[in-house]
Amino acid sequence: MTDLLAFSRPEFPLFVHVLGAMVLVGAVTTAVVAQLVPGIGSVDGDRMRRFSFRTLLLAALPAYIVMRIGAEWMYSKEFDSNSDDPTWIGIGYITADIGALLLLIALITAGIASWKSKNRLGKASGIVAAIALAGWIVAVWAMSGKP
Amino acid sequence: MDLNDWILSLHVLSAFALVGAMVIFWIMIVALWGTDSTSRVASLMRVSQIGTVLVSVGSLGTIIFGVWLAISLDAYQVWDGWVIAAIVLWAVAVELGRRAGKLYGGAGMEAERLSAAGTETSPVVAETFGASRAVQFHAASSLLVLLILIDMIWKPGA
Repeated sequence: MTDLLAFSRPEFPLFVHVLGAMVLVGAVTTAVVAQLVPGIGSVDGDRMRRFSFRTLLLAALPAYIVMRIGAEWMYSKEFDSNSDDPTWIGIGYITADIGALLLLIALITAGIASWKSKNRLGKASGIVAAIALAGWIVAVWAMSGKP
Repeated sequence: MDLNDWILSLHVLSAFALVGAMVIFWIMIVALWGTDSTSRVASLMRVSQIGTVLVSVGSLGTIIFGVWLAISLDAYQVWDGWVIAAIVLWAVAVELGRRAGKLYGGAGMEAERLSAAGTETSPVVAETFGASRAVQFHAASSLLVLLILIDMIWKPGA
């Protein structure tokens, strides 16, 4: 496995994939915390919903696209499309595809919550984004440990 | 998965926590750029708390599991050039990040105090959340972490 990491991997696509994924995790974490914070104390809910929506739109979505381009680029270089994929690749694809759907749902609901000042919809957006985030953390574990 | 796979996993997850935290701080810096509003800063300081936890866990996890991995794997040694470079870059990045955090944290606490007291604006807050020493420290720290990532992926000399 270490030989695979050190010598034969296409480094640049891996760099693009990992950097995109890291920014995605940071951006979605920010959006989740911002959406789930408004219930605490005197924090302005409208401001936090707008902040969360903008974070998802301007940071998380572009980062997801970069992560996915890096993944496809690396896959095309490393794997034969006719061969069976290892388990960790399957975990990566499942979490990426379901995560994309959840990210879009979270983005749309965050946008509506911000526009219409809907607190519960904002919280729902935060919870959906948190589920996607949990899946991506599992993907990071699978991609690095390769079970 | 053997022990080395688990150590690698925890090392990579720690790196995600570290870079994720830096992204959280960048998003906050951009969102609060040039503001003098104490309530705006105070509301986002709550988001920074998770960033502070993640940066601590990520910084410690990357170095502990990274060095453990270099000792545990036969292919690499702690005294390999690219490993030493990563450790030096990590130490400098952590110190720069600590300085940025101290400046931003101080301004954030000041904003929370003033906001609670009913003061709407603060020149100190505006100065810190603009082109200040704090953003320079954070930018330098981020650049060094990016270099560590490049070093980890390309492994020059390995």
